[in-house]
Amino acid sequence: MKHETKKLGAPKAVAPKPALRRFHQARWDEPIIFELSVAGQRGVLPPEPEAAVVEAAGDVFDNLPESLKRKSAPALPEMSQLHVLRHYARLSQENLGVDLNVDVGQGTCTMKYSPKVNDQLARSHKLTDLHPLQPLSTVQGILEVMYKLEGMLKEISGMDHVTLQPGAGSAAIYANVAMIRAYHEARGEGGQRTEVITTSFSHPSNGAAAKVAGYKIITLPPDADGYPDFEALKAAVSERTAALLITNPEDTGIFNPRIEEFVNLVHSVGGLCSYDQANANGILGITRARDAGFDVCHFNLHKTFSTPHACGGPAAGACGVTKEVAPFLPTPTVEFDGEKYYLDFNRPQSVGKIRPWYGVAPNLLRAYAWIMSLGADGLREVAEIAALNNNYLMHNVLKIRGVSAPYAKGKRRVEQVRYSWEQLTNDTGVHSEEIGFRVADFGSHYWLSHHPFVVPEPMTLEPTESYSREDLDEYARILNHIAEEAYTNPEILHTAPHNSTIHKIDQESFDDPDAWAVTWRAYQRKLKK
Amino acid sequence: MTRIGLIVNPLAGIGGRVGLKGSDGIETQRRALELGATPEAPQRAALSLLPLFQFDPTLEVFTPPLEMGETSVRQAGFAPNVIGGIRPSATTAEDTRQAARELAARGVDLILFAGGDGTARDICAALPAQFPCLGIPAGVKIHSAVYATNPKHAGELAAMFLQGKARLREAEVLDLDEAAYRDGRVNVRLYGTLFVPHRPLLLQNQKMPSPESEAYQAEAIAAEVVEQMQAGVAYILAPGTTTRAVAQALNVEKTLVGVDVVRDGELIAKDVTQAQLLNLLETMPAKIIVTPIGGQGFLFGRGNQQIGAEVIRKVGRGNIIVVGTADKLRALRMQPLLVDTGDTEVDKLIEGYFAVVTGYRESMMYKVVA
Repeated sequence: MKHETKKLGAPKAVAPKPALRRFHQARWDEPIIFELSVAGQRGVLPPEPEAAVVEAAGDVFDNLPESLKRKSAPALPEMSQLHVLRHYARLSQENLGVDLNVDVGQGTCTMKYSPKVNDQLARSHKLTDLHPLQPLSTVQGILEVMYKLEGMLKEISGMDHVTLQPGAGSAAIYANVAMIRAYHEARGEGGQRTEVITTSFSHPSNGAAAKVAGYKIITLPPDADGYPDFEALKAAVSERTAALLITNPEDTGIFNPRIEEFVNLVHSVGGLCSYDQANANGILGITRARDAGFDVCHFNLHKTFSTPHACGGPAAGACGVTKEVAPFLPTPTVEFDGEKYYLDFNRPQSVGKIRPWYGVAPNLLRAYAWIMSLGADGLREVAEIAALNNNYLMHNVLKIRGVSAPYAKGKRRVEQVRYSWEQLTNDTGVHSEEIGFRVADFGSHYWLSHHPFVVPEPMTLEPTESYSREDLDEYARILNHIAEEAYTNPEILHTAPHNSTIHKIDQESFDDPDAWAVTWRAYQRKLKK
Repeated sequence: MTRIGLIVNPLAGIGGRVGLKGSDGIETQRRALELGATPEAPQRAALSLLPLFQFDPTLEVFTPPLEMGETSVRQAGFAPNVIGGIRPSATTAEDTRQAARELAARGVDLILFAGGDGTARDICAALPAQFPCLGIPAGVKIHSAVYATNPKHAGELAAMFLQGKARLREAEVLDLDEAAYRDGRVNVRLYGTLFVPHRPLLLQNQKMPSPESEAYQAEAIAAEVVEQMQAGVAYILAPGTTTRAVAQALNVEKTLVGVDVVRDGELIAKDVTQAQLLNLLETMPAKIIVTPIGGQGFLFGRGNQQIGAEVIRKVGRGNIIVVGTADKLRALRMQPLLVDTGDTEVDKLIEGYFAVVTGYRESMMYKVVA
């Protein structure tokens, strides 16, 4: 018995190593729902109304203004309920995702577990039945959540004010650029400050959003150590500089210890500095945008704060600003007068609205719940485990033949690493993209890099705090197995994936506006001529 | 009936195995054979035909006799249609050019050629504009972006093109001055362009899909440069496809491998020499629009010697506009751009950072060293 008691002590921290997961996606290629439409099929057949009801209501359509009546029926698929259900159930099996596999391969995206309890909160009728036009006295609860979430993000960033209005990360960057533009205009320097500076390894949305706002973009390349080139910044700054938009750590996972010098240099010519903290997963509770001197920053709540990534649907972004920039915040702001929460629309210097209403309420609630469940110490622990996981994975990945981690040799990375398979490509002719196709055969996902590929044959891995040691071991084992295949049987990689629904996607049309179609109507118009 | 052509430069690559850094010139080829080199190009050409044979064994393949194609075609399983004549074991660059002209005249759908940069130059010199062709890599030097990543990929890409699954793309033909290269100097020149089928992954120097095609990037750069042009200022357009895009945006015809001058949207001098440029600079203010040439990233001093030290000094550093597509800069792997005008003082003047125009309202800070 004594022996058994000993065995029952602390639970074993590490599960036995699993074998390589032999994964197979659904074999069928589910048609687009429009292709399943059968003329005349209906999901619901409402009964004829009773005579008394007809008499009481009259012809309701008569009361509609002509301008609101459709001229023709909507071109929706005609299907029974059961067929709709089957369609989406089948589609769901042609999928990879965090609930199905080890999702550390989607580097820079900060894929983490979204606790289901937070989803339950977001789906509560208490939230789903709300309407943004309700009297404020009836929505005090969600306004309180927003106000308190802003307070937490102020504390996390060190900023004086926060807005939760942007619908996602790029919208948040755009909001920041719009505020920067308004700041310079208010000082009479709007016409002079025409340039925005960013870096090769910052998210391309920084340059893109600034360009949409009318700025010229100057990109700083990395120096030999992988840091943004400070000498290049010196050559780039001038009285035309409106702002520096920069990430730290960048996509390489290397933290730039000279970030304050960058900020000071830009400030010295009158520019503002914007910290892209879309992914703040490795620095939560450790460094703050304000402490490094930044004027504005933004978070993607769907990265660091665990709300679901929405792939073009509503995610959630948050912007933090100093009090100097605060007058330009989007309208309205959520305020508290000591008794009740209210919306302040009287903001004469505001940049206006970034999106309708006040933010993506369900995601704001999820992020609030996530932060509340962790507390301040928990947030710091998230960052520490994310960094620990990353350095553990890097240690194992770098043992694999043909892979390297360019720049900052021998140094720790923060929360992600941009690796290079250049050696393997030179040795075997196998490209990083083909490795990605093969990874899918083992039930996981894989990502290369933003364009342009500054790191050749790139692979970006980001194991957040969500993944266990077994998960990380499994992913490293998949990569090791594939690297061995590249050296012994490269053909299996040239022809990958083998277990996916669609063998290979034709990328030829990706840069051809005449060939791409993102809606059924566009598809019919462009490709079914 | 689908028809393709194959041209093999049997001597391509023979200098490489024996350390001769290239195979141009009869003397080099003789030395290579003496050193024990054996022709590998015919074998590589046969490899590239295998995917095509799998795709359609009834393809009509036109090719010169023996080691210039016939041998490879038979090896792959096709029954060749042999054209023209050669002197076995003594083929020349003119044989390549002659074969290219004949195949083009016969109206084949695509010409495959096995060789290196020298072969690509010959094909470029002989083919009519925009004639579809594709390189099978077999040479020592491959700087030109007209070659597939390996022989098998060349065949696969050709098969896709014949099925309408790959589009044509303009690609640069570059070559080293081999005599200089053997002496340890690198001098890459742009010789023209060819139109090759393009698929991400299967073409060298374009190994990964980029979100925008290079042609689009060049167009965006041109839009930016033209928008910034000032009245009365002469713009000296250095050689290259990116600078040519600027000319195209102005509806002006550009000498691809030469230097032209535009002012107020009009061409005012074509294919000029350094002396002509210096004369012109006496009479009007000017700016230089230049793009790095080839994989070595020379900004001045290689392939654009017309814009010499004297011209640069007169124009001034602040009036040099550097343009380059993001793909091109990426291919340089962040290595600094180089300058070697022969005048140390001017080289020093150019050193430092330029905001290289990479798109419409986009630039990248890039370092230049002497």
